[in-house]
Amino acid sequence: MGDAEIIPIGTRGRPGRATGTRPSAAARGLAPQPKSRKRGKPAAEPEEQQAERPGSDERTEPAERPERTESDDRAGAPTEEQPPVVPGAGESQPAARLEVAEREPSTGIPVGDWLMAFQQASRELFGEQWEPQLARFLAFLRRRLTGEYDVDEYGFDPEITERFLFAALRPIAQKWFRIEVRGIENIPADGGALVVSNHSGTIPVDGLMTMTTIHDRTGRFLRPLGADLVFRLPFVGSVARKGGATLACNEDAERMLRGGELVGVWPEGFKGIGKPYAERYKLQRFGRGGFVSAAVKTGVPIVPLSVVGAEEIYPLVGNIPALARVLGVPYIPITPLFPLLGPLGLVPLPSKWILEFGEPIRTDALESGAAEDPMLVFNVTDQVRETIQQTLYALLRERTSVFR
Amino acid sequence: MGGRTVLITGVSRDLGRTFARSLAESPGIDRVVGVDVTPPRGDLGAASFVRADIRNPVMAKIIAKEDVDAVVHMSVIATPGSAGARGTMKELNVIGTMQLLAACQKSERVRQVLVKSSTTAYAASSRDPAMFTEDMEPRSAPRTGYAKDVADVEGYVRGFARRRPDVAVTILRCANVIGPRVVSPLASYLRLPVIPTVLGFDPRLQFLHEHDLVSALGHAVANPVPGTFNVAGDGVLMLSQALRRMQRPSLPLPAAAFGGVRATLHRARLAELPPELLAFLTYGRGVDTTRMRTELGFVPRYTTASAFEEFAATLSPTGGRTQRAVGALAERFPARPAMPPSRLAIAGGDDG
Repeated sequence: MGDAEIIPIGTRGRPGRATGTRPSAAARGLAPQPKSRKRGKPAAEPEEQQAERPGSDERTEPAERPERTESDDRAGAPTEEQPPVVPGAGESQPAARLEVAEREPSTGIPVGDWLMAFQQASRELFGEQWEPQLARFLAFLRRRLTGEYDVDEYGFDPEITERFLFAALRPIAQKWFRIEVRGIENIPADGGALVVSNHSGTIPVDGLMTMTTIHDRTGRFLRPLGADLVFRLPFVGSVARKGGATLACNEDAERMLRGGELVGVWPEGFKGIGKPYAERYKLQRFGRGGFVSAAVKTGVPIVPLSVVGAEEIYPLVGNIPALARVLGVPYIPITPLFPLLGPLGLVPLPSKWILEFGEPIRTDALESGAAEDPMLVFNVTDQVRETIQQTLYALLRERTSVFR
Repeated sequence: MGGRTVLITGVSRDLGRTFARSLAESPGIDRVVGVDVTPPRGDLGAASFVRADIRNPVMAKIIAKEDVDAVVHMSVIATPGSAGARGTMKELNVIGTMQLLAACQKSERVRQVLVKSSTTAYAASSRDPAMFTEDMEPRSAPRTGYAKDVADVEGYVRGFARRRPDVAVTILRCANVIGPRVVSPLASYLRLPVIPTVLGFDPRLQFLHEHDLVSALGHAVANPVPGTFNVAGDGVLMLSQALRRMQRPSLPLPAAAFGGVRATLHRARLAELPPELLAFLTYGRGVDTTRMRTELGFVPRYTTASAFEEFAATLSPTGGRTQRAVGALAERFPARPAMPPSRLAIAGGDDG
């Protein structure tokens, strides 16, 4: 094309933007054109036109001209790609081509081009091994879209948990909280076990981080037991079930432990995460010891877990009990940054975390009726609680700074 | 004692009729007497039909006259439907059951009473355990509708079992029955072209294939085991998963707006979503079927997933364009041989 040519921006005096009684070219281009398909060429022709495309700039086809004028008057060919009128010999040709492209949007770009762009994109995304990678990804996508995946009876969806939940949480665990793990060998490689942890941090981030860390270090999924509030809330409840959680009740705990799952429980519940910052690292009452009787009944070991660092992510300095009662939630947190900074206040402070798994407390040696003995259950509960509390104190003494 | 005589209530509906037919052909059964207020629409086969209302004391006479050995009670209905209003439905369910049980108690001959109940007896709430066993109670006692009827009916049946310990009383709590021909609130809900769901909730569903329901009832008639048993296909399906398998689009609505949709659907006679179904579609429910296998000795042929698959096969997908597109792409892709070298070179050149 002639480089020296000046391409005018206007419509060269022809009816166009705000010059005549007819709507502007752009407006005409937006209008639906129901008849254009029928009046145009047969369906096969556009493809032919596409094939000719590279060379077609220089050629003029008189046969095209009348139709072009017609259609241009009727429907207005210009789009963003092309100026409304191109001067010179090329004038008719791009317009005609464009019109074809508009009529057959699916054949607008040749299949070869699509394929090439596709290949390039996959190379960028998946690297040199893109083909098997892409095939795997497509198979995954298809499985998700057609529902051909399995969930267990609790609604646990391991695939989505691994691919999305853990993938999203892993950088937070490793880069933001820089979680240090001790005693991971105390988690049995297989069979049921009950991980009992302290609970803190205003919202149960510690549970999510423990799940991610245990999965990364041992390959096992921690199945958390959640309060019924979790399952009453929309989205939270369904995500929790997909992530492997179930209701914290004896029936479910025993069922999971019998099924050989690694179950996580935070017996302090809302008393733990909702305690003021001043009471940090002071363990609250450990429920009613239901978790111990579940472990004793099923004869699985109890692994105490002490989490240091989670208390500082959202220092809870206040509460709005009236609003909490209205909303039916245990508390409305006020932290130094929330709600002062709005959504920004939801970013947790980057404290350094330590997760220490203690030595498992065996319950299989106890006699069969032990779960019915309240004194024994209380004793084991206290033992677990003391272990976690002492470990917390030891870790705190060792820690020099909250953030390092 | 030769063959037995079995009385079946609720044969006007499809499941009752199918069961009566199949039972009449099974060995060890002499006669099958079907009872209902309206005659069955289809063929009862070898079973005979007696038109009677179970709310009427005439049931005692029928049981005595026909020398009935076993009674199968299948006429606890989930929706008023043709019966009319909710009041009629409740009367049919509760008073009907009471009258029927009274008639059974009078009879010296009846040795078995089998009641087809529903897992709706467990209700559905956020405080539910993942899997209900037969010993568990609903976390929130139902106060209205079908769920309340089921609870009442089961209460009367248990009372009867206490009064007549010589009769084998079996309650089968069946999960939602599904199949190509099933008409139920849940089935008509799933047949909607666009399926409204409760925003932010993804309930777990369990299904029982209609064929398995008939064989479970037949099994229980042939092997009387007193007690209560959950009957359901293996495994669970999430509602979202089921809709994807069915390739039907869903319309998530906030729980508050769902009520309006319910009313609209009801007025348009497209589907009826009673309150217990709404709770089920919010929180879902699962039942444990260990006792069905170990004590009752029944093994369903269909899993939840395969029962649903057969149901879904009868429905044309109304959505799923994306699924098909991705499916076509995925099918094409791994089968492709390595790209022609020239093209690869071009692509590589562009990269660098």
